[in-house]
Amino acid sequence: MKKFAITILSFWLIAIVFGRLFHLNPNAIDLNAILVAPNSAYLLGADDLGRSIVARLLRGVEVSLIVATIVTMITMLIGVTVGLFAGFYGGKIDHILMQITDVFLAFPGILLAIAFAAVLGPGLVNLMIALSITGWVSYARLTRGQALGLRNRQHVLAAESLGAGVPRMIFKHILPLLASILVVEATYSLASVMIAEASLSFLGLGIQAPNASWGAMLRDGVRYMLVAPHYVLIVGLSLMSLILAINLGGDYLRDKLDVRTEL
Amino acid sequence: MMGVAVFIAKKLTSFATVIFGVLLLTFLLIHLVPGDPVEVMLGESASVADRVALREDLGLNRSLVEQFGAYLNKLAHGDFGQSIHTKTPIIEMLKTRYPATLKLALLSLLIGLSIGMPMGIYAALKANHWQDFVVTLVSVRLSAMPAFWLGPMLMLIFAVWLGWLPVSGMESNTSIILPALTLGFGLSAILTRMTRTSLLEVLHDDYIRTARAKGLDEKTVIFRHALRAALLPIITIVGLQMGSLLAGTVITETIFSWDGIGRLLVESIEKRDYPVTQACVLVVALSYVLVNLLTDVLYRLADPRIRASV
Repeated sequence: MKKFAITILSFWLIAIVFGRLFHLNPNAIDLNAILVAPNSAYLLGADDLGRSIVARLLRGVEVSLIVATIVTMITMLIGVTVGLFAGFYGGKIDHILMQITDVFLAFPGILLAIAFAAVLGPGLVNLMIALSITGWVSYARLTRGQALGLRNRQHVLAAESLGAGVPRMIFKHILPLLASILVVEATYSLASVMIAEASLSFLGLGIQAPNASWGAMLRDGVRYMLVAPHYVLIVGLSLMSLILAINLGGDYLRDKLDVRTEL
Repeated sequence: MMGVAVFIAKKLTSFATVIFGVLLLTFLLIHLVPGDPVEVMLGESASVADRVALREDLGLNRSLVEQFGAYLNKLAHGDFGQSIHTKTPIIEMLKTRYPATLKLALLSLLIGLSIGMPMGIYAALKANHWQDFVVTLVSVRLSAMPAFWLGPMLMLIFAVWLGWLPVSGMESNTSIILPALTLGFGLSAILTRMTRTSLLEVLHDDYIRTARAKGLDEKTVIFRHALRAALLPIITIVGLQMGSLLAGTVITETIFSWDGIGRLLVESIEKRDYPVTQACVLVVALSYVLVNLLTDVLYRLADPRIRASV
C-alpha cells in the first residue's frame, strides 16, 4: 500500500516536471484533433478544442496541488490558532469560538464554499479564499479537543508553576505534542481540498477557462461523453489514482505516527 | 424524566444559536459581493430605474441591522423574496424543487442502507478473513471518491456503454436511478464500515456470550440481539451523512440534470440571481441542522442506557 502510494505520487510529480521540461502546451489548439481518441500524436487524445489531454492533465494537477497546499497551510494556521485559544483558555472564549465553529459546521460539505465562491466571483484567488474561509473549522475542533486535554497535563502545569508564560507553554509544551496529529490531518485535508477545488471547478466556480483544471475537464468530459468517452474516462481514472494515493499516504502516516483521531 | 427535559432544553438553546448564526451568515452573503451587488446582478447595461427599484426591493439603502431585521421578518412569513430574473417568488421555486431533492435523497438513503448494512454484517461475521478484507478495502476507498467522479463513471457505464438507463433529465421513471446510485454508493461505503465496526464491538459483549451459551442459534443471536444494539451508532451515522447527501445533491443534480434544489443553486449562481442562491443555501443548511437535531434527540431517547444518564 505504501509502495503504491509512493509510486503514484512520484509518477504524477515526475510527469509534471517532464511536462514543464518538454514545454507541453496545455492551451495549444489543434482544430484537426478535436476530441480525437488516443493516438501517436496525442497520447491520451484531445479535448473539445483539440488541446492535448496529457498537457492539460499535467497543468491541471500542478495547479490543483499548489492550491491544495496553500489552502491547507492557511486553514491549518487559522484553525490551530483558534483551537489553541479555545482549548487553552477554556470558559467563555472557548464557548464563543465553538459556537462559531458550530455555525460553520451547520453548512453541509462544500455548500458554504460554493456560497462564498458564488458571491466572490470565479477565479483562482477567490477560490482559495472560499476554501480557506470554510476549511479551518476541522483543525480548530481537532486542536481544541487536544489542547483542552493537554492544558492540565503534569508537564504543562509544572512549566506554569515554574513561571512559564503563555506563549512558552503553548509553543514549547503543547504544540509539539500536536505535531503528528496535525501532519496526518493535513495529509487527509490535502486530498479533501483537491476534491473541493475540483468540485467547485466542476460547477464552473473555480479555475476559469482557458486554464486547465481537472474539475472543469471532468465536466467537459461529461458533456462530450457520447462522442468521446475516452475524455471523461481518462480524467476520471487520473483523479481516482491521485486521491487514492494521497489517502493511502495518510493512512500510512497515521499508522506510522501512531495517531488515533476520534471522529 | 427531568433529565430528558433538561437535555432537550439544552439542545434547543444550542440549536437556536446555530440557527441564528446560519441566518446571519446567509444574510451577510449578499454583502460579500465585491462592488455593488445591484450592478453585479443586473449587469452594466441596466437602467437607472431598474437599479433603484432593485436596491429598494432588497433594502440595500438601510443599515445592516435594519436589513437583517427585515430579512428575518420576511422569512418568518415564509417570504424568501423573489428571483431577479423571472420575478417569481422564491418560495414557489422551492416548493417544486425541494420535493425533487428530497425524493432523490431518500432513495439514495434506501440504496445506501440496503447495500451498506448487509455488507457490513457480512464483513463483521467474516472478520479478519479475506472476505472482510475485500469488503473493507472497497468501502474505505469508495467513500473517498467524490460524487462528481462516481456520477460520470456510472453514467459512462450504464447509460453510454450498456444503454440501460437514460443519460440525464427527469422525463423517464428510470431517470432517478443513476443519480440515486451515485449518492447511494458513497453512503453505502460509509455504512458498511460503520455496521462492521459497531457489530464487532457488540459481538464481544457478555450478553452475546450468554445468548450463545443459552443455545440460541447464530441467526437469532446476530439479528435479534447483536444487531439491535449495533443499530444506534448506525442511526447516528445516517443522520450525520444526510449532510453530505444534501451537499452531494448539488453536484449530482448538476451532472444528471435533476431539477432539484442543488441544481437550482448552481443555476442561480450562473445567472447571478443572488436572492435565489441565498435561499437555497439557507434551506439546505436548515434541513441539515434539523436532521442533526432530530438524530441527536432520537439517539438519546432510543437508548435506555443513555436516557438514564442524561
